[in-house]
Amino acid sequence: MGMTMTQKILAAHAGLEKVEAGQLIEAELDLVLGNDITSPVAIKEMEKMKVDGVFDKDKIALVPDHFVPNKDIKSAEHCMCVRKFAQKNEITNYFEVGQMGIEHALLPEKGLTVAGDVIIGADSHTCTYGALGAFSTGVGSTDMAAGMATGKAWFKVPGAIKFNLIGKLNQWVSGKDVILHIIGMIGVDGALYKSMEFVGEGIKSLSMDDRFTIANMAIEAGGKNGIFPVDELAEAYIKEHSKKTYTIYEADEDAVYEEEYTIDLSTLRPTIAFPHLPENTKTIDEIKDEVKIDQVVIGSCTNGRIDDLRTAAEVLKGRTVAKGMRCIIIPATQAIYMQAMEEGLLKIFIEAGAVVSTPTCGPCLGGYMGILADGERCVSTTNRNFVGRMGHVNSEIYLASPAVAAASAVTGKISSPEQL
Amino acid sequence: MNAKGTVFKYGDNVDTDVIIPARYLNSSDPAELATHCMEDIDKEFVNKVQKGDIIVATKNFGCGSSREHAPIAIKAAGVSCVIAETFARIFYRNSINIGLPIIECKEAAQGIEAGEQVEVDFNSGMIYNRTKGTEFKGQAFPEFMQKIIAAEGLVNYINNK
Repeated sequence: MGMTMTQKILAAHAGLEKVEAGQLIEAELDLVLGNDITSPVAIKEMEKMKVDGVFDKDKIALVPDHFVPNKDIKSAEHCMCVRKFAQKNEITNYFEVGQMGIEHALLPEKGLTVAGDVIIGADSHTCTYGALGAFSTGVGSTDMAAGMATGKAWFKVPGAIKFNLIGKLNQWVSGKDVILHIIGMIGVDGALYKSMEFVGEGIKSLSMDDRFTIANMAIEAGGKNGIFPVDELAEAYIKEHSKKTYTIYEADEDAVYEEEYTIDLSTLRPTIAFPHLPENTKTIDEIKDEVKIDQVVIGSCTNGRIDDLRTAAEVLKGRTVAKGMRCIIIPATQAIYMQAMEEGLLKIFIEAGAVVSTPTCGPCLGGYMGILADGERCVSTTNRNFVGRMGHVNSEIYLASPAVAAASAVTGKISSPEQL
Repeated sequence: MNAKGTVFKYGDNVDTDVIIPARYLNSSDPAELATHCMEDIDKEFVNKVQKGDIIVATKNFGCGSSREHAPIAIKAAGVSCVIAETFARIFYRNSINIGLPIIECKEAAQGIEAGEQVEVDFNSGMIYNRTKGTEFKGQAFPEFMQKIIAAEGLVNYINNK
Protein backbone atom coordinates (compact mmCIF):
# COMPACT_ATOMS: atom_id res chain seq x y z
CA MET A 1 0.00 0.00 0.00
CA GLY A 2 1.62 3.25 -1.14
CA MET A 3 1.64 6.77 0.24
CA THR A 4 0.17 10.01 -1.04
CA MET A 5 2.39 13.04 -1.62
CA THR A 6 1.32 14.50 1.74
CA GLN A 7 2.04 11.23 3.55
CA LYS A 8 5.50 11.00 1.99
CA ILE A 9 6.47 14.49 3.14
CA LEU A 10 5.18 13.78 6.65
CA ALA A 11 6.99 10.42 6.83
CA ALA A 12 10.28 12.02 5.80
CA HIS A 13 9.93 14.73 8.45
CA ALA A 14 9.06 12.19 11.13
CA GLY A 15 12.09 10.05 10.27
CA LEU A 16 9.85 7.18 9.22
CA GLU A 17 9.98 4.93 6.16
CA LYS A 18 6.25 4.77 5.99
CA VAL A 19 3.15 6.31 7.51
CA GLU A 20 -0.52 5.63 7.02
CA ALA A 21 -3.74 7.59 7.49
CA GLY A 22 -4.69 7.97 11.15
CA GLN A 23 -1.18 7.45 12.50
CA LEU A 24 0.02 9.99 15.09
CA ILE A 25 3.50 11.32 14.34
CA GLU A 26 5.86 14.03 15.50
CA ALA A 27 7.40 15.93 12.61
CA GLU A 28 10.30 18.36 12.25
CA LEU A 29 9.18 21.80 11.07
CA ASP A 30 10.83 23.83 8.31
CA LEU A 31 8.88 27.00 9.05
CA VAL A 32 6.56 28.33 11.77
CA LEU A 33 4.41 31.32 10.86
CA GLY A 34 2.30 33.81 12.77
CA ASN A 35 0.54 37.15 12.20
CA ASP A 36 -0.44 40.12 14.36
CA ILE A 37 -3.66 38.45 15.59
CA THR A 38 -2.35 35.00 16.45
CA SER A 39 1.28 35.70 17.42
CA PRO A 40 0.59 37.76 20.57
CA VAL A 41 -1.37 34.81 22.02
CA ALA A 42 1.44 32.44 20.99
CA ILE A 43 4.12 34.70 22.48
CA LYS A 44 2.23 34.83 25.78
CA GLU A 45 1.98 31.02 25.79
CA MET A 46 5.64 30.59 24.86
CA GLU A 47 6.68 32.87 27.71
CA LYS A 48 4.94 30.46 30.09
CA MET A 49 7.01 27.57 28.75
CA LYS A 50 10.27 26.78 30.41
CA VAL A 51 12.38 27.37 27.30
CA ASP A 52 15.27 29.72 26.56
CA GLY A 53 14.14 31.01 23.20
CA VAL A 54 13.07 29.94 19.75
CA PHE A 55 14.33 26.71 18.14
CA ASP A 56 15.75 28.46 15.08
CA LYS A 57 15.57 32.19 14.40
CA ASP A 58 15.73 31.57 10.63
CA LYS A 59 12.75 29.19 10.59
CA ILE A 60 10.12 31.50 12.07
CA ALA A 61 8.21 34.07 10.05
CA LEU A 62 6.30 36.85 11.77
CA VAL A 63 4.09 38.91 9.49
CA PRO A 64 1.87 41.64 10.92
CA ASP A 65 -0.72 41.85 8.14
CA HIS A 66 -4.25 41.63 9.52
CA PHE A 67 -4.77 44.97 11.24
CA VAL A 68 -1.77 46.87 9.86
CA PRO A 69 -0.96 49.66 9.33
CA ASN A 70 -2.28 49.67 12.90
CA LYS A 71 -6.03 50.25 12.83
CA ASP A 72 -6.40 51.24 16.49
CA ILE A 73 -4.53 51.37 19.78
CA LYS A 74 -5.15 47.75 20.73
CA SER A 75 -3.93 46.56 17.31
CA ALA A 76 -0.88 48.77 17.67
CA GLU A 77 -0.14 47.08 20.97
CA HIS A 78 -0.47 43.63 19.44
CA CYS A 79 1.95 44.65 16.69
CA MET A 80 4.35 46.07 19.27
CA CYS A 81 4.27 42.76 21.13
CA VAL A 82 5.23 40.91 17.93
CA ARG A 83 7.91 43.47 17.02
CA LYS A 84 9.55 43.28 20.46
CA PHE A 85 9.50 39.49 20.42
CA ALA A 86 11.10 39.51 16.96
CA GLN A 87 13.82 41.89 18.13
CA LYS A 88 14.51 40.00 21.34
CA ASN A 89 14.77 36.66 19.56
CA GLU A 90 16.53 38.10 16.50
CA ILE A 91 13.91 36.64 14.18
CA THR A 92 15.32 36.86 10.65
CA ASN A 93 11.99 36.87 8.88
CA TYR A 94 10.02 39.58 10.62
CA PHE A 95 8.37 41.85 8.07
CA GLU A 96 7.56 45.39 9.14
CA VAL A 97 5.02 47.63 7.42
CA GLY A 98 6.79 48.77 4.27
CA GLN A 99 8.31 45.35 3.64
CA MET A 100 5.36 43.21 4.56
CA GLY A 101 2.56 41.77 2.54
CA ILE A 102 -0.31 39.41 3.20
CA GLU A 103 1.53 36.45 4.71
CA HIS A 104 0.50 33.75 2.24
CA ALA A 105 1.40 35.86 -0.76
CA LEU A 106 4.57 37.16 0.89
CA LEU A 107 6.29 33.98 2.09
CA PRO A 108 6.43 32.18 -1.29
CA GLU A 109 7.57 35.43 -2.90
CA LYS A 110 10.38 35.71 -0.31
CA GLY A 111 11.40 32.12 -1.03
CA LEU A 112 10.60 30.90 2.49
CA THR A 113 8.28 28.11 1.40
CA VAL A 114 9.58 25.44 -0.98
CA ALA A 115 8.67 21.97 -2.20
CA GLY A 116 8.94 19.21 0.39
CA ASP A 117 8.74 21.53 3.43
CA VAL A 118 6.57 20.93 6.47
CA ILE A 119 5.11 24.27 7.53
CA ILE A 120 2.68 25.24 10.28
CA GLY A 121 1.16 28.66 10.58
CA ALA A 122 -1.18 30.22 13.09
CA ASP A 123 -3.48 31.22 10.29
CA SER A 124 -5.95 28.88 8.64
CA HIS A 125 -4.87 29.79 5.10
CA THR A 126 -1.36 28.46 5.69
CA CYS A 127 -2.45 25.62 3.40
CA THR A 128 -1.61 27.96 0.46
CA TYR A 129 1.98 26.65 0.13
CA GLY A 130 0.71 23.30 -1.08
CA ALA A 131 0.80 24.97 -4.50
CA LEU A 132 4.59 24.58 -4.31
CA GLY A 133 4.48 20.94 -3.23
CA ALA A 134 4.92 21.61 0.49
CA PHE A 135 2.86 20.19 3.35
CA SER A 136 1.49 23.23 5.10
CA THR A 137 -1.40 23.57 7.47
CA GLY A 138 -3.08 26.05 9.78
CA VAL A 139 -2.86 25.66 13.55
CA GLY A 140 -3.70 27.78 16.56
CA SER A 141 -1.52 29.96 18.73
CA THR A 142 -0.55 27.30 21.27
CA ASP A 143 0.68 25.00 18.50
CA MET A 144 2.58 27.95 17.06
CA ALA A 145 4.16 28.56 20.48
CA ALA A 146 5.18 24.92 20.85
CA GLY A 147 6.48 24.97 17.25
CA MET A 148 8.57 28.09 17.86
CA ALA A 149 9.98 26.58 21.05
CA THR A 150 10.68 23.05 19.87
CA GLY A 151 10.71 23.04 16.05
CA LYS A 152 8.31 20.12 16.14
CA ALA A 153 4.58 19.47 15.95
CA TRP A 154 2.41 16.41 16.28
CA PHE A 155 0.10 15.45 13.44
CA LYS A 156 -2.48 12.83 12.70
CA VAL A 157 -1.52 11.61 9.21
CA PRO A 158 -4.46 12.57 6.98
CA GLY A 159 -6.33 10.37 4.57
CA ALA A 160 -6.69 11.86 1.11
CA ILE A 161 -9.12 12.92 -1.58
CA LYS A 162 -7.82 12.97 -5.16
CA PHE A 163 -8.94 15.66 -7.58
CA ASN A 164 -7.98 14.71 -11.11
CA LEU A 165 -8.00 17.89 -13.19
CA ILE A 166 -8.31 17.51 -16.96
CA GLY A 167 -8.86 19.96 -19.82
CA LYS A 168 -8.16 23.67 -19.81
CA LEU A 169 -9.91 26.71 -18.34
CA ASN A 170 -11.80 29.04 -20.67
CA GLN A 171 -11.37 32.79 -20.76
CA TRP A 172 -12.56 34.58 -17.57
CA VAL A 173 -12.49 31.31 -15.63
CA SER A 174 -9.73 31.00 -13.03
CA GLY A 175 -8.34 29.04 -10.09
CA LYS A 176 -10.95 30.72 -7.89
CA ASP A 177 -13.74 29.20 -9.96
CA VAL A 178 -12.06 25.78 -9.74
CA ILE A 179 -11.90 25.82 -5.93
CA LEU A 180 -15.38 27.33 -5.50
CA HIS A 181 -16.72 24.63 -7.81
CA ILE A 182 -15.01 21.95 -5.70
CA ILE A 183 -16.29 23.39 -2.39
CA GLY A 184 -19.78 23.62 -3.88
CA MET A 185 -19.48 19.96 -4.88
CA ILE A 186 -18.11 18.46 -1.63
CA GLY A 187 -19.28 21.02 0.95
CA VAL A 188 -17.54 23.01 3.68
CA ASP A 189 -16.74 19.82 5.57
CA GLY A 190 -16.27 17.61 2.50
CA ALA A 191 -12.53 17.24 3.11
CA LEU A 192 -12.65 17.42 6.92
CA TYR A 193 -9.32 16.22 8.41
CA LYS A 194 -8.14 15.13 4.92
CA SER A 195 -5.55 16.21 2.40
CA MET A 196 -6.78 17.44 -0.97
CA GLU A 197 -4.39 16.11 -3.61
CA PHE A 198 -4.67 17.85 -6.98
CA VAL A 199 -3.32 15.84 -9.92
CA GLY A 200 -3.80 15.45 -13.67
CA GLU A 201 -2.75 17.00 -16.96
CA GLY A 202 -5.12 19.92 -16.40
CA ILE A 203 -2.69 21.34 -13.84
CA LYS A 204 -0.25 22.24 -16.62
CA SER A 205 -2.53 25.02 -17.81
CA LEU A 206 -2.93 26.52 -14.33
CA SER A 207 -0.65 29.46 -13.49
CA MET A 208 1.16 29.49 -10.14
CA ASP A 209 -1.25 32.19 -8.97
CA ASP A 210 -4.20 29.95 -9.88
CA ARG A 211 -2.63 27.11 -7.89
CA PHE A 212 -2.01 29.35 -4.85
CA THR A 213 -5.69 30.33 -4.92
CA ILE A 214 -6.83 26.71 -5.12
CA ALA A 215 -4.55 25.45 -2.32
CA ASN A 216 -5.43 28.52 -0.23
CA MET A 217 -9.09 27.57 0.00
CA ALA A 218 -8.59 23.88 0.87
CA ILE A 219 -9.48 24.91 4.45
CA GLU A 220 -12.86 26.12 3.19
CA ALA A 221 -13.68 22.49 2.41
CA GLY A 222 -12.43 21.53 5.88
CA GLY A 223 -9.17 20.14 4.45
CA LYS A 224 -6.00 19.76 6.44
CA ASN A 225 -3.99 20.77 3.40
CA GLY A 226 -4.18 21.04 -0.37
CA ILE A 227 -1.22 19.99 -2.46
CA PHE A 228 -0.01 20.04 -6.07
CA PRO A 229 2.69 17.96 -7.75
CA VAL A 230 5.87 19.91 -8.50
CA ASP A 231 6.09 20.43 -12.27
CA GLU A 232 8.42 22.60 -14.34
CA LEU A 233 6.42 25.73 -13.64
CA ALA A 234 6.51 25.21 -9.86
CA GLU A 235 10.22 24.41 -9.96
CA ALA A 236 10.91 27.54 -11.98
CA TYR A 237 8.96 29.59 -9.42
CA ILE A 238 10.96 28.11 -6.53
CA LYS A 239 14.28 28.70 -8.29
CA GLU A 240 13.36 32.26 -9.10
CA HIS A 241 12.37 33.12 -5.54
CA SER A 242 14.40 30.91 -3.22
CA LYS A 243 17.89 29.76 -2.42
CA LYS A 244 16.59 27.04 -0.09
CA THR A 245 17.14 23.43 -1.06
CA TYR A 246 13.92 21.73 -1.95
CA THR A 247 12.78 18.14 -2.32
CA ILE A 248 10.23 16.89 -4.79
CA TYR A 249 7.97 14.15 -3.48
CA GLU A 250 5.66 12.17 -5.72
CA ALA A 251 2.70 10.09 -4.70
CA ASP A 252 3.12 6.33 -5.05
CA GLU A 253 1.13 4.76 -7.86
CA ASP A 254 -0.70 2.61 -5.34
CA ALA A 255 -1.35 5.45 -2.89
CA VAL A 256 -4.69 5.17 -1.14
CA TYR A 257 -7.39 7.79 -1.72
CA GLU A 258 -10.66 7.72 0.18
CA GLU A 259 -12.46 9.49 -2.65
CA GLU A 260 -11.63 10.50 -6.22
CA TYR A 261 -13.13 13.18 -8.43
CA THR A 262 -12.40 14.11 -12.03
CA ILE A 263 -12.97 17.72 -12.99
CA ASP A 264 -12.92 18.87 -16.62
CA LEU A 265 -11.65 22.43 -16.36
CA SER A 266 -13.09 23.30 -19.78
CA THR A 267 -16.62 22.80 -18.43
CA LEU A 268 -16.27 25.24 -15.53
CA ARG A 269 -18.01 28.61 -15.56
CA PRO A 270 -17.49 31.74 -13.47
CA THR A 271 -18.70 30.60 -10.05
CA ILE A 272 -20.02 32.62 -7.13
CA ALA A 273 -20.54 31.52 -3.51
CA PHE A 274 -23.71 33.05 -2.08
CA PRO A 275 -24.16 33.98 1.59
CA HIS A 276 -23.38 32.61 4.13
CA LEU A 277 -21.22 29.60 3.26
CA PRO A 278 -18.53 29.04 0.63
CA GLU A 279 -20.42 25.88 -0.46
CA ASN A 280 -23.49 27.86 -1.59
CA THR A 281 -22.20 28.13 -5.12
CA LYS A 282 -23.94 29.06 -8.36
CA THR A 283 -22.45 29.56 -11.78
CA ILE A 284 -23.01 32.93 -13.38
CA ASP A 285 -25.55 31.27 -15.70
CA GLU A 286 -27.57 29.96 -12.76
CA ILE A 287 -28.15 33.43 -11.31
CA LYS A 288 -31.59 34.33 -12.61
CA ASP A 289 -32.51 37.28 -10.38
CA GLU A 290 -30.40 40.41 -10.39
CA VAL A 291 -28.17 40.71 -7.30
CA LYS A 292 -27.45 44.39 -6.68
CA ILE A 293 -24.32 45.16 -4.70
CA ASP A 294 -22.75 48.05 -2.79
CA GLN A 295 -19.08 47.16 -2.69
CA VAL A 296 -16.38 45.12 -4.40
CA VAL A 297 -13.15 43.96 -2.78
CA ILE A 298 -10.32 42.60 -4.91
CA GLY A 299 -7.41 41.32 -2.86
CA SER A 300 -6.55 39.01 0.10
CA CYS A 301 -4.33 35.93 0.46
CA THR A 302 -6.72 34.23 -1.94
CA ASN A 303 -6.74 36.70 -4.85
CA GLY A 304 -4.39 39.63 -4.35
CA ARG A 305 -1.60 38.42 -6.65
CA ILE A 306 -0.40 39.93 -9.92
CA ASP A 307 -2.48 37.65 -12.17
CA ASP A 308 -5.55 38.70 -10.20
CA LEU A 309 -4.77 42.38 -10.60
CA ARG A 310 -4.04 41.98 -14.31
CA THR A 311 -7.40 40.31 -14.81
CA ALA A 312 -9.17 43.05 -12.84
CA ALA A 313 -7.37 45.71 -14.90
CA GLU A 314 -8.29 44.02 -18.15
CA VAL A 315 -11.94 44.28 -17.15
CA LEU A 316 -11.77 47.79 -15.67
CA LYS A 317 -9.68 49.36 -18.43
CA GLY A 318 -11.63 52.18 -20.05
CA ARG A 319 -14.63 51.50 -17.82
CA THR A 320 -15.80 53.05 -14.57
CA VAL A 321 -17.07 51.77 -11.27
CA ALA A 322 -20.88 52.05 -11.18
CA LYS A 323 -22.34 55.12 -9.49
CA GLY A 324 -22.76 54.63 -5.75
CA MET A 325 -20.46 51.59 -5.70
CA ARG A 326 -17.17 51.29 -3.82
CA CYS A 327 -14.41 49.21 -5.38
CA ILE A 328 -11.44 48.49 -3.10
CA ILE A 329 -8.33 46.90 -4.61
CA ILE A 330 -5.55 45.61 -2.38
CA PRO A 331 -2.31 44.27 -3.89
CA ALA A 332 -1.17 41.50 -1.54
CA THR A 333 2.49 42.48 -1.21
CA GLN A 334 4.76 45.46 -1.79
CA ALA A 335 6.37 43.68 -4.75
CA ILE A 336 2.98 43.03 -6.33
CA TYR A 337 2.03 46.65 -5.65
CA MET A 338 5.21 47.82 -7.39
CA GLN A 339 4.72 45.49 -10.32
CA ALA A 340 1.11 46.65 -10.71
CA MET A 341 2.38 50.21 -10.74
CA GLU A 342 5.03 49.50 -13.36
CA GLU A 343 2.52 47.68 -15.56
CA GLY A 344 0.13 50.64 -15.33
CA LEU A 345 -2.56 48.65 -13.54
CA LEU A 346 -2.90 51.09 -10.64
CA LYS A 347 -3.59 53.89 -13.08
CA ILE A 348 -6.36 51.85 -14.68
CA PHE A 349 -7.88 51.18 -11.24
CA ILE A 350 -7.76 54.78 -10.11
CA GLU A 351 -9.10 56.09 -13.42
CA ALA A 352 -11.96 53.63 -13.11
CA GLY A 353 -12.82 55.08 -9.71
CA ALA A 354 -11.47 52.29 -7.54
CA VAL A 355 -9.34 52.84 -4.44
CA VAL A 356 -5.98 51.11 -4.13
CA SER A 357 -4.71 50.23 -0.66
CA THR A 358 -1.43 49.21 0.86
CA PRO A 359 -1.29 45.44 1.59
CA THR A 360 -3.58 44.36 4.45
CA CYS A 361 -6.03 41.56 5.27
CA GLY A 362 -8.31 44.34 6.64
CA PRO A 363 -11.71 43.97 4.95
CA CYS A 364 -11.61 40.18 4.44
CA LEU A 365 -12.22 39.53 8.12
CA GLY A 366 -14.15 42.70 8.89
CA GLY A 367 -11.16 44.39 10.45
CA TYR A 368 -11.13 47.70 8.61
CA MET A 369 -10.71 49.17 5.09
CA GLY A 370 -14.15 48.26 3.82
CA ILE A 371 -16.59 47.28 6.57
CA LEU A 372 -20.18 46.66 5.48
CA ALA A 373 -23.27 48.35 6.95
CA ASP A 374 -26.63 46.77 7.76
CA GLY A 375 -28.03 45.12 4.64
CA GLU A 376 -25.10 45.93 2.35
CA ARG A 377 -23.83 43.43 -0.20
CA CYS A 378 -20.26 42.89 -1.34
CA VAL A 379 -18.74 40.86 -4.13
CA SER A 380 -15.35 39.86 -2.80
CA THR A 381 -12.40 37.85 -4.05
CA THR A 382 -11.72 36.78 -0.45
CA ASN A 383 -12.35 33.34 1.03
CA ARG A 384 -15.20 33.40 3.56
CA ASN A 385 -18.75 34.68 3.44
CA PHE A 386 -19.86 33.77 6.95
CA VAL A 387 -22.45 35.83 8.83
CA GLY A 388 -20.90 39.14 9.88
CA ARG A 389 -17.49 38.28 8.43
CA MET A 390 -17.09 41.68 6.75
CA GLY A 391 -19.14 43.81 9.06
CA HIS A 392 -22.79 44.02 10.09
CA VAL A 393 -24.52 40.68 10.78
CA ASN A 394 -27.12 41.58 8.17
CA SER A 395 -24.56 42.28 5.45
CA GLU A 396 -23.91 39.77 2.68
CA ILE A 397 -20.74 38.55 0.97
CA TYR A 398 -20.62 36.93 -2.46
CA LEU A 399 -17.28 35.19 -3.10
CA ALA A 400 -16.02 35.35 -6.66
CA SER A 401 -13.00 35.61 -8.95
CA PRO A 402 -11.26 38.90 -9.76
CA ALA A 403 -12.89 38.83 -13.21
CA VAL A 404 -16.40 38.60 -11.78
CA ALA A 405 -15.61 41.09 -9.01
CA ALA A 406 -14.28 43.67 -11.48
CA ALA A 407 -17.21 43.20 -13.86
CA SER A 408 -19.63 43.53 -10.93
CA ALA A 409 -17.95 46.78 -9.91
CA VAL A 410 -18.75 48.16 -13.36
CA THR A 411 -22.40 47.10 -13.44
CA GLY A 412 -23.28 47.37 -9.73
CA LYS A 413 -24.70 43.85 -9.76
CA ILE A 414 -23.19 40.38 -9.94
CA SER A 415 -21.88 40.08 -13.50
CA SER A 416 -19.21 38.35 -15.54
CA PRO A 417 -16.95 40.17 -18.02
CA GLU A 418 -18.84 38.43 -20.86
CA GLN A 419 -21.92 40.42 -19.88
CA LEU A 420 -20.26 43.84 -20.20
CA MET B 1 -13.70 14.57 35.62
CA ASN B 2 -17.23 15.69 34.88
CA ALA B 3 -19.06 18.55 33.26
CA LYS B 4 -22.65 19.44 34.13
CA GLY B 5 -24.85 22.27 32.96
CA THR B 6 -27.64 23.68 30.84
CA VAL B 7 -27.43 23.28 27.07
CA PHE B 8 -27.11 25.96 24.41
CA LYS B 9 -27.95 24.33 21.08
CA TYR B 10 -26.70 25.36 17.62
CA GLY B 11 -26.80 23.90 14.10
CA ASP B 12 -24.27 23.01 11.40
CA ASN B 13 -21.10 24.92 10.51
CA VAL B 14 -20.91 27.31 13.46
CA ASP B 15 -17.84 29.25 12.32
CA THR B 16 -15.17 31.00 14.35
CA ASP B 17 -16.34 34.38 13.01
CA VAL B 18 -19.66 34.04 14.81
CA ILE B 19 -18.02 32.49 17.90
CA ILE B 20 -15.79 35.55 18.23
CA PRO B 21 -16.11 38.20 15.48
CA ALA B 22 -12.79 39.51 14.15
CA ARG B 23 -13.73 43.05 15.12
CA TYR B 24 -12.86 42.01 18.69
CA LEU B 25 -9.56 40.34 17.81
CA ASN B 26 -7.64 43.47 18.65
CA SER B 27 -7.81 41.98 22.14
CA SER B 28 -6.41 38.67 23.34
CA ASP B 29 -7.72 38.99 26.90
CA PRO B 30 -9.91 35.93 27.67
CA ALA B 31 -12.32 37.86 29.91
CA GLU B 32 -12.86 40.54 27.27
CA LEU B 33 -13.26 37.98 24.47
CA ALA B 34 -15.83 36.14 26.61
CA THR B 35 -18.09 39.21 26.67
CA HIS B 36 -18.54 38.89 22.87
CA CYS B 37 -18.74 35.10 22.66
CA MET B 38 -21.33 33.86 20.12
CA GLU B 39 -22.45 37.47 19.60
CA ASP B 40 -23.22 37.18 15.87
CA ILE B 41 -25.23 33.96 16.17
CA ASP B 42 -26.87 34.37 19.59
CA LYS B 43 -26.90 37.83 21.16
CA GLU B 44 -28.42 36.48 24.40
CA PHE B 45 -25.71 33.86 24.96
CA VAL B 46 -23.42 36.03 27.09
CA ASN B 47 -26.34 37.20 29.23
CA LYS B 48 -27.68 33.72 29.84
CA VAL B 49 -24.61 31.51 30.11
CA GLN B 50 -23.78 30.17 33.57
CA LYS B 51 -20.55 28.59 34.70
CA GLY B 52 -20.57 24.92 33.72
CA ASP B 53 -23.04 25.22 30.83
CA ILE B 54 -22.64 23.07 27.75
CA ILE B 55 -22.75 23.88 24.04
CA VAL B 56 -24.24 21.26 21.74
CA ALA B 57 -24.07 21.63 17.94
CA THR B 58 -24.34 19.47 14.86
CA LYS B 59 -21.75 19.26 12.02
CA ASN B 60 -18.40 21.02 11.57
CA PHE B 61 -18.42 23.18 14.72
CA GLY B 62 -15.63 25.80 14.73
CA CYS B 63 -14.99 25.93 11.00
CA GLY B 64 -13.11 28.83 9.45
CA SER B 65 -10.26 30.79 10.92
CA SER B 66 -7.51 29.34 13.13
CA ARG B 67 -8.11 31.93 15.86
CA GLU B 68 -7.50 30.30 19.22
CA HIS B 69 -9.55 33.21 20.54
CA ALA B 70 -12.65 31.13 19.65
CA PRO B 71 -12.20 28.27 22.14
CA ILE B 72 -10.62 30.76 24.58
CA ALA B 73 -13.80 32.89 24.46
CA ILE B 74 -16.04 29.85 24.96
CA LYS B 75 -13.98 28.60 27.90
CA ALA B 76 -13.72 32.03 29.49
CA ALA B 77 -17.51 32.45 29.16
CA GLY B 78 -17.80 29.51 31.56
CA VAL B 79 -18.68 26.69 29.17
CA SER B 80 -17.52 23.34 30.54
CA CYS B 81 -17.82 21.21 27.40
CA VAL B 82 -18.75 21.37 23.72
CA ILE B 83 -20.49 18.38 22.14
CA ALA B 84 -20.87 18.19 18.35
CA GLU B 85 -21.35 15.67 15.56
CA THR B 86 -18.01 16.80 14.12
CA PHE B 87 -15.54 19.61 14.73
CA ALA B 88 -13.39 21.53 12.25
CA ARG B 89 -9.84 20.28 12.71
CA ILE B 90 -8.03 23.45 13.79
CA PHE B 91 -10.75 24.22 16.35
CA TYR B 92 -10.45 20.67 17.69
CA ARG B 93 -6.70 20.99 18.15
CA ASN B 94 -6.97 24.45 19.67
CA SER B 95 -9.61 23.33 22.17
CA ILE B 96 -7.48 20.49 23.47
CA ASN B 97 -4.43 22.74 23.58
CA ILE B 98 -6.14 25.34 25.76
CA GLY B 99 -7.95 22.77 27.90
CA LEU B 100 -11.54 23.13 26.66
CA PRO B 101 -13.15 19.67 26.70
CA ILE B 102 -14.87 18.76 23.43
CA ILE B 103 -16.56 15.53 22.43
CA GLU B 104 -17.72 14.21 19.07
CA CYS B 105 -20.97 12.28 19.35
CA LYS B 106 -23.57 12.33 16.60
CA GLU B 107 -26.35 10.72 18.64
CA ALA B 108 -25.92 13.17 21.53
CA ALA B 109 -25.76 16.13 19.15
CA GLN B 110 -29.07 15.05 17.67
CA GLY B 111 -30.70 13.90 20.91
CA ILE B 112 -30.11 16.96 23.07
CA GLU B 113 -32.06 20.21 22.84
CA ALA B 114 -31.57 23.74 24.15
CA GLY B 115 -32.26 24.23 27.83
CA GLU B 116 -31.84 20.58 28.79
CA GLN B 117 -29.62 19.50 31.68
CA VAL B 118 -26.66 17.43 30.53
CA GLU B 119 -23.81 15.74 32.33
CA VAL B 120 -20.62 14.44 30.72
CA ASP B 121 -18.19 11.96 32.24
CA PHE B 122 -14.82 12.50 30.57
CA ASN B 123 -13.37 9.24 31.86
CA SER B 124 -15.98 7.07 30.21
CA GLY B 125 -17.11 9.41 27.42
CA MET B 126 -20.71 8.96 28.62
CA ILE B 127 -23.12 11.82 28.02
CA TYR B 128 -26.30 11.89 30.16
CA ASN B 129 -29.34 13.94 29.25
CA ARG B 130 -30.75 14.42 32.78
CA THR B 131 -33.86 16.20 31.49
CA LYS B 132 -34.97 13.37 29.21
CA GLY B 133 -33.25 10.55 31.07
CA THR B 134 -31.37 9.40 27.97
CA GLU B 135 -27.68 8.60 27.60
CA PHE B 136 -25.13 8.49 24.81
CA LYS B 137 -21.70 6.99 24.41
CA GLY B 138 -19.19 9.56 23.15
CA GLN B 139 -15.52 8.98 22.61
CA ALA B 140 -13.62 8.80 25.93
CA PHE B 141 -10.66 11.17 26.17
CA PRO B 142 -7.32 9.36 25.98
CA GLU B 143 -5.31 9.74 29.20
CA PHE B 144 -2.91 12.34 27.79
CA MET B 145 -5.79 14.54 26.64
CA GLN B 146 -7.40 14.30 30.09
CA LYS B 147 -4.10 15.40 31.58
CA ILE B 148 -3.88 18.35 29.19
CA ILE B 149 -7.42 19.39 30.14
CA ALA B 150 -6.72 18.93 33.86
CA ALA B 151 -3.58 21.07 33.50
CA GLU B 152 -5.72 23.76 31.78
CA GLY B 153 -3.85 23.39 28.50
CA LEU B 154 -0.83 22.08 26.62
CA VAL B 155 1.65 24.63 27.97
CA ASN B 156 1.08 23.75 31.62
CA TYR B 157 1.02 20.09 30.71
CA ILE B 158 4.44 20.37 29.06
CA ASN B 159 5.78 22.37 31.99
CA ASN B 160 4.44 19.84 34.49
CA LYS B 161 6.12 16.93 32.74
